[in-house]
Amino acid sequence: MQKLLEVKELKKTFYKNKIPLVAVNHVSFDLIRGECLGLVGESGCGKSTIAKIITHLTVPDTGSVFLDGEETLFWKGKEERKLYRNIQMVFQHPKDSFDPRCSLGDGVMESMRNYGMSKAQARERMYELLDMAELERKYACCYPHEVSGGQCQRAAIARALAPSPKLIICDEATSALDVTVQAQIVALLKKLQREQGLSLLLISHDLALVQAICDRILVMYQGDIVEQGTPDEVIMHPKEEYTKILVESVF
Amino acid sequence: MKEKWGAGMRTRKKVKNYMALKLIIFGTLAAAVILMAVFAPYLTPFDPYEQDLGNALLPPGRVHFLGTDRYGRDMLSRVIMGSQTTIFSALFLVSVVTVIGSVLGIICGYCGGRGDSFLMRLSDIFLAFPGMVFAIAAASVMNGGIWNAVAALACISWPKYARIARSQVMSVKNQPYIAAARLSGSGFWKIIGKHVVPNIAGPVVVTAVLDIGTMMMEIAGLSFLGLGATPPTAEWGSMMSNGRSMLQTSPWVILAPGAAIFLTVMIFNLMGDTVRDFLDPRQRKR
Repeated sequence: MQKLLEVKELKKTFYKNKIPLVAVNHVSFDLIRGECLGLVGESGCGKSTIAKIITHLTVPDTGSVFLDGEETLFWKGKEERKLYRNIQMVFQHPKDSFDPRCSLGDGVMESMRNYGMSKAQARERMYELLDMAELERKYACCYPHEVSGGQCQRAAIARALAPSPKLIICDEATSALDVTVQAQIVALLKKLQREQGLSLLLISHDLALVQAICDRILVMYQGDIVEQGTPDEVIMHPKEEYTKILVESVF
Repeated sequence: MKEKWGAGMRTRKKVKNYMALKLIIFGTLAAAVILMAVFAPYLTPFDPYEQDLGNALLPPGRVHFLGTDRYGRDMLSRVIMGSQTTIFSALFLVSVVTVIGSVLGIICGYCGGRGDSFLMRLSDIFLAFPGMVFAIAAASVMNGGIWNAVAALACISWPKYARIARSQVMSVKNQPYIAAARLSGSGFWKIIGKHVVPNIAGPVVVTAVLDIGTMMMEIAGLSFLGLGATPPTAEWGSMMSNGRSMLQTSPWVILAPGAAIFLTVMIFNLMGDTVRDFLDPRQRKR
């Protein structure tokens, strides 16, 4: 039971026209190495903000994030790169997450090039990663608008795998895809988790998906974590009022 | 159904080909004008600066194709030589303004904060000021001369580019691919150079190309007022200014440089329009 990621007392308030909106309210949770943790809740409850704070895309008001016991929120420059070697993210809209003017292969290779790999080496590894993500190699020279959402998301997964991270955060990674492709992507993530010993933080509003693949679930409501536990506990026997509503609204 | 789709594709391809043809035509014309400016010293039939008072104010004829001015200088040679000053200073001005304006705009848009507010308020002031009036005032304070005219015009025209670049960057920087690039370990300059600049270049380039004609007019305008090129330098605006008292007696002195300005500006404007149509985002969606 080794903790990979520890989030403590995170708080983030957004101001819209000077009216404060608490997006994340003193949220704490742990992520154990090799586990698949689900984070569910309605839209606007602060799920994505947590992902953004962990990946340094947003700065929280207070709180801390520990990676392998080290505080990461103050990491800058070189240390920030260390963070990105350990934590990667797959975004909701696959096509928007690739530069429209770079090919998918270039997108996958970018991190390897940044970490000082030669072009030829990076290309070779890029093809291996595409194999791992079960995307045909010929798509490497396609541009994002030329491929389907599912193919693009596979490329995004390959990109996330490139620095061999310990944790991949999937921020609604399947929400923008159609149902059959969703199932394939989920199966792929599950397979990768098993084979590579990855940890996953799965952010979603889809309870069925989360129930299918997660080891543990956190339920968020208006910036707070209201309930946590195994899928059976949370979904089959919800304790909190909000979780009950959430579960009922699906079934 | 399939056929219909095919026909649509064909028409769109035709439109694209038609625009490519237009782009090639105007591009060639513009290139020809620029080449004329580059090789001006070798193209002039006479020395554009040699005075020959015995042949002053000759009407267009076999020897002097566009006539001579009041010092007997060959007008055709002077028009060709003048293209150098006008076109080069306009191109130089546009490129300097584009680079400075968009670099400022990109940094402002990407970083935001106080520097951004300050520079944008400054650009508001410049944008609110009538451009030509400012340029006349600045050029006359700096005592004229073509370089001072260029500097004065650069002073007043950079905010336009800063604005365009900034607004483009504001929309690009929130795209997930910028976040993805950060997660790939790319630093500030790499993100700017590799992901931001290529994605905002279209509108900036279009504005720049469309501005070449305008800038030429403004440089010629300043020279006409005696604030640009100083005599005896051959420059279209100042040549028109020198000839304006003789409009009724020997109109070729003013018509030749006037027509040169008209044609060149028209070529560059039409090329700008074509470039804009070609790079228009609505056309880009294939």
